Amino acid sequence: MFRYLVRRTLWAIMLFIVITFVTFVIFFMAPQNPGRAVCGGERARADCIERATEKLGLDDPIPVQYLRFLKRLVIDRSLGQSFITNEQVNDVIADAAPVTASLVFGGAILWMMIGLVVGIFSALRPRSLLDRIAMVGVLVGVSAHPVWIGLIFSYFLGYKWHITPIATYADFFNPVEGQPGGPWQWFYHMILPWCTFAILFAALYVRMIRANVMETMSEDYVRTARAKGAPESRVLGAHVLRNALLPVVTMLGMDIGIALGGAIFTEGVYQLPGLGLTAINAVNAQDLAVVQGVVVFSTLCIIFFNLIVDLLYAWIDPRIRLT
Amino acid sequence: MALLEVRNLRTSFRTDDGIVRAVDGVSFEVEKGQVLGIVGESGSGKSVTNLTIMGLNPRQNTITSGEALWKGRDLLKMKPAELREIRGSEISMIFQDPMTSLNPVHTIGKQLVEAILLHRDVTKRVARARALELLRAVGIPRADARIDDYPHQFSGGMRQRVMIAMALINDPDLLIADEPTTALDVTTQAQILALMKRLQQDFGSAIIMITHDLGVIAEIADDVFVMYAANVVEQAEVHDLFNRPQHPYTWGLMGSLPRLDADVERLTQIPGQPPSLLRPPPGCRFHPRCPYVMEVCKTTVPKLVPTQKDPGHLQACHLDEETKDREAAKLLEAMMVEAG
Repeated sequence: MFRYLVRRTLWAIMLFIVITFVTFVIFFMAPQNPGRAVCGGERARADCIERATEKLGLDDPIPVQYLRFLKRLVIDRSLGQSFITNEQVNDVIADAAPVTASLVFGGAILWMMIGLVVGIFSALRPRSLLDRIAMVGVLVGVSAHPVWIGLIFSYFLGYKWHITPIATYADFFNPVEGQPGGPWQWFYHMILPWCTFAILFAALYVRMIRANVMETMSEDYVRTARAKGAPESRVLGAHVLRNALLPVVTMLGMDIGIALGGAIFTEGVYQLPGLGLTAINAVNAQDLAVVQGVVVFSTLCIIFFNLIVDLLYAWIDPRIRLT
Repeated sequence: MALLEVRNLRTSFRTDDGIVRAVDGVSFEVEKGQVLGIVGESGSGKSVTNLTIMGLNPRQNTITSGEALWKGRDLLKMKPAELREIRGSEISMIFQDPMTSLNPVHTIGKQLVEAILLHRDVTKRVARARALELLRAVGIPRADARIDDYPHQFSGGMRQRVMIAMALINDPDLLIADEPTTALDVTTQAQILALMKRLQQDFGSAIIMITHDLGVIAEIADDVFVMYAANVVEQAEVHDLFNRPQHPYTWGLMGSLPRLDADVERLTQIPGQPPSLLRPPPGCRFHPRCPYVMEVCKTTVPKLVPTQKDPGHLQACHLDEETKDREAAKLLEAMMVEAG
């Protein structure tokens, strides 16, 4: 177990270095000068660009800049300052992360509820009317783009019928002056983003859960359970679901980890100031520090949730021993 | 009254290609404490016969008719809840593949205890003590340490012992064993058979032993019937079947038995394949593969009737009895000669 954790951590560090370095390289391959962006873009004065370039060390070779970034991260635990606004990137991330977390965890609860209920029912009654409707729904859910879904929702439910807000975020704890906030407003503002965000995953999870449950239903040990005289409810609860949902746990952990890196489309449509929107704005503004900050945070999320999944998996599946 | 009386049982499955008649008019009885062997090739309907009796076929696409009287009550007409009361307590089953028949995420103790608690109103502690007792009875070494192990920590033979323990845990009147030794290696097979024989004497349960292995039948069965393509083709007391087999298919099965005591270059095999149950051949279903085929075999279905010499020995073949006795004698003689 301990050896496993050590090995796992070493892998995580490797992964982290590769991902952040690749981000650096890609950023500098783009045909643009971050120094110019710092000084206000097209109309920047030459001496300003020069000073900015020197101050940010943009003339240094990429590996040198990268090592500087690593050193700051490891020693000062700082992601540096935004090129554009001079804000601490740590603060930028700390502001954006709760928004994305709200979206992702709420969305995950929603998509798991849909996935479990519809997936299990479909599996128990394959080819029934409900199953067929569900499968059409899955096809639509997988095909429809979140931006399109988001615009449709926001137009009809928000703009036309006034059932929900059209867009924007309401903070749970510390709302900005003059803007809605608090738990209820937070929930109210998140309804549409949750639904939009959950649709794709709900579709994928319905399909996955349905397939797993159907496959498990035909396992020999399920027949054994029936031959013992177990009622169907017990066959399903104690024998089928426990086995069928093992792979779902893995998928859920990984998907949440990935989604925390920024549910870009949903945040874009509803103007939620989360990690996705922050990343897009930073890329457009050529603000490497913020881009790198989001990448670092997302990578850590993915690594963390993968680790959780592995530990959880070893705990619920007796056949797996971590060595 | 017989413990189990099956009359004219028919089971068909609706498939995309049409209706498959997996069991087509099977009748038999099992008495208290009797060991009945059912023998036949894969796909002959021997497993389906028993899954039908237990109500374990997939509900959506199965059509069943006939009767299966358990202590006088028809299992096929019971409500699911009534059938559940019987399954696992009065009738229990052992399956072919011990590697997949136990749930991988529960300890064997939990699975044994579940079998008890589904039918008995006892505390968990009592159930666990009973589970331990059964594990010892089936010869699991250090049973009290191993009861909390998971199935993957057991070998195939040990898992089959666990399955047997689970089947016997509620003192069933009838144990249906569906090829319990097929997935095991030869030495383990012998151990499991010996175990079943001993437990059968200790517990007094009747057994239906489903197998494709006549060696298993010879070892354990009192009576036996031979199935071919969803029909019963021969039914007899076990010694009669081996001393005076009356059906060319049975001869084929006996000829293909491997023997350790004879030096045979190749095993004899029955030519051809078992017929498709979607479109079974007309007349006797064995006629396309039968070396003794006559014109009548191609058109008329032979009835399962008693032989003249022995009313307890049933067979379904158009050949006259003299020819069959002669052929059977030749076969047995040949086997004796091979055996030296």
